[in-house]
Amino acid sequence: MNNEQAIELKNVSYADGPLKIIKNVTGSFRKGKITSLVGPSGAGKTTLFRLCNGIISPTHGRIIIQAKPIQVYEPTDLRRNVGLALQSATMIAGTVYKNLQLPRILAGDALPEDEAADLLAAVGLDKDLLMRHVGDLSGGQKQKVSIARTLVNRPEILLLDEITSSLDRISTHDIENLIEKINREYNVTIIWITHNLNQAIQISDDTWVMMNGQLIESGPSSLLTNPKNVQVKQFVKGDFA
Amino acid sequence: MSFLTLSLALVFVLIPLILTKTLNLGLGKDTVIATVRSIIQLLAVGYILTFVFATENLIYIILMVILMITAATHNARKKGAAIQGITWKLIVTFVFIEVLTQGILIGFKITPPEAQYIIPISGMLIGNSMVLSILFLNRFTAEIEARKDETELILSLGGTPKQAIHHSLITAIKASMIPTIESQKTIGLVQLPGMMSGQIIAGADPMQAVQFQLLILFLLLTTAAVTSIMLGFLSYPTLFNSRMQLIKLPDNNNPA
Repeated sequence: MNNEQAIELKNVSYADGPLKIIKNVTGSFRKGKITSLVGPSGAGKTTLFRLCNGIISPTHGRIIIQAKPIQVYEPTDLRRNVGLALQSATMIAGTVYKNLQLPRILAGDALPEDEAADLLAAVGLDKDLLMRHVGDLSGGQKQKVSIARTLVNRPEILLLDEITSSLDRISTHDIENLIEKINREYNVTIIWITHNLNQAIQISDDTWVMMNGQLIESGPSSLLTNPKNVQVKQFVKGDFA
Repeated sequence: MSFLTLSLALVFVLIPLILTKTLNLGLGKDTVIATVRSIIQLLAVGYILTFVFATENLIYIILMVILMITAATHNARKKGAAIQGITWKLIVTFVFIEVLTQGILIGFKITPPEAQYIIPISGMLIGNSMVLSILFLNRFTAEIEARKDETELILSLGGTPKQAIHHSLITAIKASMIPTIESQKTIGLVQLPGMMSGQIIAGADPMQAVQFQLLILFLLLTTAAVTSIMLGFLSYPTLFNSRMQLIKLPDNNNPA
């Protein structure tokens, strides 16, 4: 069993002005594993991702990425290594290819067309989409392009924020397979936010349940079938009802 | 023109006052304040310029330019209040514009180093630079807000602050420069510029007036480009902290 930690949080809090979004969170994500982050809207899950990607810094506490404090890393290196794909799937104006090229251009490099086509195929999109304008893509296609774009940096840790929320059942299944494939074949630690608890049980090794900015319960994903915490029990019951 | 003749020109103030009263526009007080202020300010400037031109003392010329830069900075800084240290950035920009343009004009003997030339030209260039700064700061802060998601996307993918802000910066620079370039395309066709009109009314040879106007137009192009670009590149680093995080935007996070 691999007990190395990809990310550790020690008493991490984050406040935006008077609003406390993350409250004294302590916990860790195991290296090489898939962890689901579940909880109601407003629980602070996306903010936790933004903290781990270094887009924002905690107001209190420490974040340790692969055994080193987060502030030791150059921000650009950290963000390439801890990839983040948000639910909003923000695209830059232009073609799908332009979006896939973006991480390489930012690093002063280029992304060959065949490599971009391979990335599209890896996320289950047709390579013919490469020259399509992003304005003509569906929500699901944008989500997949967003994941492919994050993979261009070959991150060791991947943070995926509700990436299947706007996908149909078949696409969702494709992405679930993709997550397992990336995790297994490339040994990438994956942490993903999902509202689908069945999905969390099936795909992930571990699960974190967050509510109101706090980590309520964490452990193997089987905890969702028999939670110890009363709040988690109610949450699971509500979701499964 | 005598002061008596000029006082007759107040008829042109009465017309808008009557109109605003009749139509209940509520602009009567502002019109009166604007009229009184313009009379006092311009008469004061007239007396000061007469004194400065008569003495031809470099110290007075420099003081006049400092006064112009101070007033321009005071006016423009309100639009960039969100940008840390905007006052100094504006001062550096205006001083640079002044040194650059007067350096070229005097250095290449385009204009003589006399108060009669330095002060009016400085006034036009600093005034234009002030308007450009306001246009730039307005657009830049709006662009940062509008493109916040794009900026954070680029940062999250490993981009630097300069890469993340590039689009907002270039768009704001272009937007602030366009009015200067566009107005120059129609100059002489749609409107006769104020300085040229003034010289012609004062009895100058129209071709001489045109030559001076062209000089000013070319200087304004330099001012437009230098003001926007300099202010932009001085401002953007203050929008990020040492961890390359965006810090200077109105918050619209959507924590989930």
